[in-house]
Amino acid sequence: MDQVLEYTPIIISGTITTIELTVASAIVALIIAFTVGLSRFSRFAAVRVAAVIYLEFFRGTSAIVQMFFMFYVLPLLGIHLSPLLAGIIACGFNLGSYGSEVVRGAIQAVPRTQHEAATALNYTSYQKFRYILLPQAIPVMIPTFGNLLIELLKLTAVASLITISDLTFMAQIIRVQTALTLEPFLVIMVIYFVIASCLVAITDFIAKKIAKGRNLTIRKGI
Amino acid sequence: MSRIIEFQNVSKAYGDLQVLKHLDMHVEAGEKLALIGPSGSGKTTILRILMTLETINSGHVMVEGDYLWHQKVNDELVPASEKHLRKMRENIGMVFQQFNLFPHLTAIANIEQPQILIKGVDKSDATNKARELLALVGLEEKENHYPHQLSGGQQQRVAIARALAMDPKIMLFDEVTSALDPELVEEVLNVLRLLAETSDTTMLTVTHEMNFARDFADRVLFFEKGQIVESGPPNEIFKNPKEERTRNFLRQIIGEIP
Repeated sequence: MDQVLEYTPIIISGTITTIELTVASAIVALIIAFTVGLSRFSRFAAVRVAAVIYLEFFRGTSAIVQMFFMFYVLPLLGIHLSPLLAGIIACGFNLGSYGSEVVRGAIQAVPRTQHEAATALNYTSYQKFRYILLPQAIPVMIPTFGNLLIELLKLTAVASLITISDLTFMAQIIRVQTALTLEPFLVIMVIYFVIASCLVAITDFIAKKIAKGRNLTIRKGI
Repeated sequence: MSRIIEFQNVSKAYGDLQVLKHLDMHVEAGEKLALIGPSGSGKTTILRILMTLETINSGHVMVEGDYLWHQKVNDELVPASEKHLRKMRENIGMVFQQFNLFPHLTAIANIEQPQILIKGVDKSDATNKARELLALVGLEEKENHYPHQLSGGQQQRVAIARALAMDPKIMLFDEVTSALDPELVEEVLNVLRLLAETSDTTMLTVTHEMNFARDFADRVLFFEKGQIVESGPPNEIFKNPKEERTRNFLRQIIGEIP
């Protein structure tokens, strides 16, 4: 164990990379989730179809293969992405597809009577989404987004396969250099768990904050 | 008086179920109308068609002399565009059986937001008007309550205030007390009685409260199977109905033989 402690600096550096990768991918995923999820309600059939194709493609193919594709195949087409950028895009695009279903489901869950009330008050379709549907749907999305965020954190471990120096990558280095196996993986497992717990706490905090004063049942994250 | 609403030979079906059959009816400006009749007789459908929540299958609906569900393009009558419907909706407001307040907004915000978004009213003017209307419905102290913190009767009174804030020329009340506990019915009906007396807005109400219909309405329409069976002033309909079907219905509802 003492031997592993000598590697504290690279474990810290790996932790930071993992957090960076998670946060950056989460932002990409969130943007994708809303763009694709809202596109499902577009009045233009082409937009709706494009959203479904996106969803089925990224949900239906392996995240590792997507990552390899971005890192190894795109350069052949003249597009060179840094490992970190390829990881962020692959993780963000993949989780974004799941997130879009959360957005769609939460909006569809708003009762039809709310649409009718908005129509009776002469809201435009944009105003209905912006001021009636989304404010009611977002609190419903938060707990599920929390679950997806943890999925995302775990997915980032795969990024070590495209040379990103995240926690998992660093554990491999320690294993190779010290011939220890249990210790480095035990350490990173604990770190992953601590990060995940922090993410749960943050999501719960946001969920409570948003639900304050409203009668919205908060489902616990995880 | 001028005809503010006119149904001309309007039919409406849900699949095989014919809800309105070649319906002709008209409403004068400022008139207070009560629509009564058994469930499924098409009363609510009439309000929903006027609010543009249901389309019609054939015939024409006129509101203020303009086609509601159609518009003229190059002298040809075509189905109304969303733009035309939005223009027509400016004059019409509706209060629903289930209140349908926006649960994420406080009572006062429910009344302010549509004024600001749809009518372009300043925030401070919208607030003043909302307070005025909350006072009218007796809820000035509840302005910062969310809908779930209010009783059904209170929610319905906020919903009435919200619809009034848009200054509609036509107000539609769709069984507004049917979802309420019995002890809360009167507080809502009293607001409607007050409106009927003091406002020159045209009002159509679908109701099962016959005593209320008597107080509220200038004219009562009795519906059955998508058609008007009988129409007349409340005294006539309730005291001396001409049609056997009206008599049967009233006998069931009120329990006395008129």
